[in-house]
Amino acid sequence: MNLPARDSAPLLSQKRFRDPWWLLVLAIVLIVIALVVLQPDPFQRILLFVRDGIQVTIYVTLVSFALVLFLGLIVGLIRLSKLTLLRGIATIYVEVIRGIPVLVQLIFWYFAFPSLVQDIGRSVGWSPLMNYRPNPVAMAILGLTICYAAYMSEVYRAGIQSIPRGQMEAARSLGMTYFQAMRYVILPQAVRVILPPVGNEFITLLKDSSLTSVVAVPELTRRGREFMAASFIPLQTWLMVSLLYLVMTLLATRVVAWIEYKTRLEK
Amino acid sequence: MEREPIIHIENVHKWFGHVHALRGVNLDVYKGEVVVIIGPSGSGKSTLLRCINRLEEFDEGKIIVDGIPLDSAENINAVRTEVGMVFQQFNLFPHLTVLENICLAQRIVRKRKKEEAEAIAMELLRKVGIPEKAHNYPAQLSGGQQQRVAIARALAMNPKIMLFDEPTSALDPEMIQEVLDVMLNLAREGMTMVVVSHEIGFARAAAHRAILMDEGQIVEEAPPDILFNNPRHERTRAFLSKVLH
Ligand SMILES: Nc1ncnc2c1ncn2[C@@H]1O[C@H](COP(=O)(O)OP(=O)(O)OP(=O)(O)O)[C@@H](O)[C@H]1O
Ligand SMILES: [Mg+2]
Repeated sequence: MNLPARDSAPLLSQKRFRDPWWLLVLAIVLIVIALVVLQPDPFQRILLFVRDGIQVTIYVTLVSFALVLFLGLIVGLIRLSKLTLLRGIATIYVEVIRGIPVLVQLIFWYFAFPSLVQDIGRSVGWSPLMNYRPNPVAMAILGLTICYAAYMSEVYRAGIQSIPRGQMEAARSLGMTYFQAMRYVILPQAVRVILPPVGNEFITLLKDSSLTSVVAVPELTRRGREFMAASFIPLQTWLMVSLLYLVMTLLATRVVAWIEYKTRLEK
Repeated sequence: MEREPIIHIENVHKWFGHVHALRGVNLDVYKGEVVVIIGPSGSGKSTLLRCINRLEEFDEGKIIVDGIPLDSAENINAVRTEVGMVFQQFNLFPHLTVLENICLAQRIVRKRKKEEAEAIAMELLRKVGIPEKAHNYPAQLSGGQQQRVAIARALAMNPKIMLFDEPTSALDPEMIQEVLDVMLNLAREGMTMVVVSHEIGFARAAAHRAILMDEGQIVEEAPPDILFNNPRHERTRAFLSKVLH
């Protein structure tokens, strides 16, 4: 079969992606390196001490975010569906979660929820429940996921609703099921719409992961507090911690901008 | 024409809240027949069309398409693969190229292989006169071209019936004819078509029957020449005098 040549793809041949804000990321990285090299005491000591905290921060953020993307989509779709009962439950979930501070929710999952489990264990006399000890990282991921999925479901909902109704109707009239239409027609279009707010959610989640320091997660902020307590040099400690967060958030912002640019090109 | 209608609509009622949009519609369409529906805005033309492939649920009555009653979910999907629909606003998928628009449902609904689906798509694009646009995105096409792609997309599913809801009323005047020509060819090939359109020229050239709807009911139906030249009902006359001048 002879396909005609790809004669006209004007949108694809535009100039390359140039993003001057990468320089800002680079500048912050250079400052960190300069501090560590030029003043190893205390900056190198701080960096080495909090290094594993950076890993935990990244781990908690990425795992939570992956779960948030998934759970948020399910809740968002339920809220757009005709399933009255489920939709009611989903709406209550979103409203309740959004009305409680994240920190309080994290504390609930780490302190209140386990004691509830233990109480139940005692009343049924089952020792695995009685001796239940929460894993801090798992509970933090649970708390962040449940909280952020509520916000994310609203992002999805708005994005899907922004796609004209005719798109779903055209897909259905071609014989696609609701889920096929969602997957191949609606969501690919909605993704472009929701990318900026999803990027914002990610960065907020990255920063809010510092709250898990309160519930025994050994992430960056908690490691910073531990270092300060041992060394009594708050200024340098929190300068270093702040710079490290800044590198991560600015980097994430640039990556989101780049993905946005890439998906816009394909249109 | 066969005796058994391919679309059988019996006493169908539809409410939107308090709006009684369809008030007992009866209509039989036979295989190979072209039916044109006209009528004032809000008379229920779109609603009737959308009930035939169940984009809209009706509240009372019965619709049977090619022997399949529109009741269960499986039946609805079965009917939708037999019935193609073309919309006023084209509703092409903007994130896909023309070729991909025509191939998507072939691949995931008809389960055709990529090469097969593309071969069918290219053949249909030749038929509607724009094979050179295969790799363009919808936004790069004129309205008339987009509507022709939408027709090709529906035809790629090998429908037995094609529904058109005012396919030319969102088009600039100079593009209307290119779309009507495609529809005219389709009619000549024997496609069963139900067309909501006020293009009287098309109705005269292609339709076996013209129908006037008003206030959710079929007021009058007749061969187009008779309906347009010698309508029996006062309401038909009143409507035609507005459309024709
Ligand atoms: N989704 C809906 N919700 C509420 N009312 C609706 C809806 N769709 C149609 N209606 C109402 O039903 C009636 C029939 O509408 P319909 O769109 O079928 O008319 P139409 O003959 O196609 O008109 P037009 O020529 O303007 O397209 C109108 O009163 C309309 O306001
Ligand atoms: Mg209409």
